[in-house]
Amino acid sequence: MPDTFFYATEVMLNGLMAGVMYSLVALGFVLIFKASGIFNYAQGVLALFAALTLVGLQDGQIPFSHVINAIFGTDLHNFGWTLPAVVAIALTAVVMVGMAILIERYILKHLVNQEPIILFMATIGLAYFLEGLGDVMWGSDIKKLDVGLPQGISETIETATYNWFGYGFFIDKLDIVAALVAAALVIALTLFSQYTKYGRALRAVADDHQAALSVGISLRFIWVLVWSIAGFVALVAGIMWGSKSGVQFSLSLIALKALPVLMLGGFTSIPGAIVGGLIIGMGEKLFEFSIGPMIGGATENWFAYVLALLFLVFRPQGLFGEKIIERV
Amino acid sequence: MNMQNPDGYTTADGRQIGGVMMEMKNITLRFGGVAAITDISFDIREGEIRAIIGPNGAGKSSMLNVISGFYVPQEGEVWFRGAKRPPMKPYQVAGMGIARTFQNIALFEGMSVLDNIMTGRLTQMKSGLLAQAMWWGRAQAEETAHREKVEKVIDFLEIQHIRKTPVGRLPYGLKKRVELARALAAEPKLLLLDEPMAGMNVEEKEDMSRFILDVNDEFGTTIALIEHDMGVVMDLSDRVVVMDYGKKIGDGTPDEVRNNQAVIDAYLGVSHDE
Ligand SMILES: Nc1ncnc2c1ncn2[C@@H]1O[C@H](COP(=O)(O)OP(=O)(O)OP(=O)(O)O)[C@@H](O)[C@H]1O
Ligand SMILES: [Mg+2]
Repeated sequence: MPDTFFYATEVMLNGLMAGVMYSLVALGFVLIFKASGIFNYAQGVLALFAALTLVGLQDGQIPFSHVINAIFGTDLHNFGWTLPAVVAIALTAVVMVGMAILIERYILKHLVNQEPIILFMATIGLAYFLEGLGDVMWGSDIKKLDVGLPQGISETIETATYNWFGYGFFIDKLDIVAALVAAALVIALTLFSQYTKYGRALRAVADDHQAALSVGISLRFIWVLVWSIAGFVALVAGIMWGSKSGVQFSLSLIALKALPVLMLGGFTSIPGAIVGGLIIGMGEKLFEFSIGPMIGGATENWFAYVLALLFLVFRPQGLFGEKIIERV
Repeated sequence: MNMQNPDGYTTADGRQIGGVMMEMKNITLRFGGVAAITDISFDIREGEIRAIIGPNGAGKSSMLNVISGFYVPQEGEVWFRGAKRPPMKPYQVAGMGIARTFQNIALFEGMSVLDNIMTGRLTQMKSGLLAQAMWWGRAQAEETAHREKVEKVIDFLEIQHIRKTPVGRLPYGLKKRVELARALAAEPKLLLLDEPMAGMNVEEKEDMSRFILDVNDEFGTTIALIEHDMGVVMDLSDRVVVMDYGKKIGDGTPDEVRNNQAVIDAYLGVSHDE
């Protein structure tokens, strides 16, 4: 039954591609966690907010127009212009940096030396605040995001694989782009971290705050820097996810899928976030395909969490996390 | 020698010490109800090796932390090269050319020796974030220039053989040396060393003493150090501040403090009557 084999392979490939999205969100988590020990619950909402802002800017939406209309009885919606995708993306990146500055100034600065759980709670607050802000600024309807990325099934791959194997693989072009972009992002981040002074400063802070201070690193600057980078990663995730499924508030729920990804990959490992995302994406699609029908389907809702639970029991540090050895 | 001369003095071994570099004026530091430092004043001269000694808990590390901006004193002023220093964060103090090591070693354990020492160059690296991202070639050229300086420090401290080793794997004595290397990489005007020889064997102590003297001699770096080993203190330092229970009980040349009755009492553990 070669066709079943090919079909399973196709399911696996599509799972891998879906996993890229998880990886992207998990990557944002890892960056912040590594540098500051903060578990940023708001990472998914950051992606949502970035996507909303991007669409809003691109379509020339007037921010807060609902509120303005409600108060002043006006009927404002659009500025009447649209922005090219590149410009809108660049502006959104600037907005994300501005957001990082505000988060540092109004939240993190006041919580230095607090327990991790307090910081975690603060990011939950931030998540709901941003979700509300996104709603009030840009409205809660589902929006179409089109930054000109290729869409639809790649016919080249379909014909090529059909000619080779006698089975045409259905692969979404957008998924391929997402995978390439994610790979480029990881390479860029690695180069930045290994070969620039700011990358070195980031690694230094992640390793030891006190020592970092003594060599002249400003922690406040570093917080703004990592939240900016995480914001940028969120923007990339938002673009990919939004192009695929439209910009909608359920986007923030992908953050929850990033959690099992982190359990698998380890909270402090960038390769872990990537590989973890791919495994979860692939695993849940394959499981749904092979076992799902026997147990009534809809396994994608829980598969990732159960897998993460197994990891917690047998390998709590994750695939790539440093081994936890208690010093006695 | 006349150590009150504002223009400096000449040491017994013929080194020329300059005017006041750093002056601590009536510093008081409290943690809740505990006074770690009470109303202490002293100065550090350009080119000098200044020791701070005293029994455990005397407040020596606290004083170093005040100088480097880690602790903010409740009272008193810090003067640097003739100007009163506003309250500063540690990274700002580092930016002024004041580098330090820690009593309990604070290194980046997960990074290589080379990378650790490279972080010492951060205060000297000027190009901004966007420039680094946009002109990759120029950023790399800058990196290479700093790398050369770092290699010099590595040669100077004789740690070539461990350049690529992750710091976490090094024995204690070498960690202390890497920490010194990181501080030296900043080409500091003032170097603060908190017990640089604690926990070392005799041979390691001799090496470290030699490095400290060489740094002072070759680069003219001013050094303030805390040390428990009296022999070392007497050999290395030009002047000594003695602290006990947060108060200054002596200040002068090694010979002077050695013969100071209050100092002798503190070290012999004579009871402290209020
Ligand atoms: N961060 C802190 N919080 C509370 N108390 C502190 C802190 N740092 C120092 N102290 C207290 O201040 C006093 C002086 O401590 P300090 O570390 O400066 O002494 P020291 O002279 O360096 O001692 P040692 O020789 O043991 O290193 C001690 O009573 C110490 O407990
Ligand atoms: Mg101490």
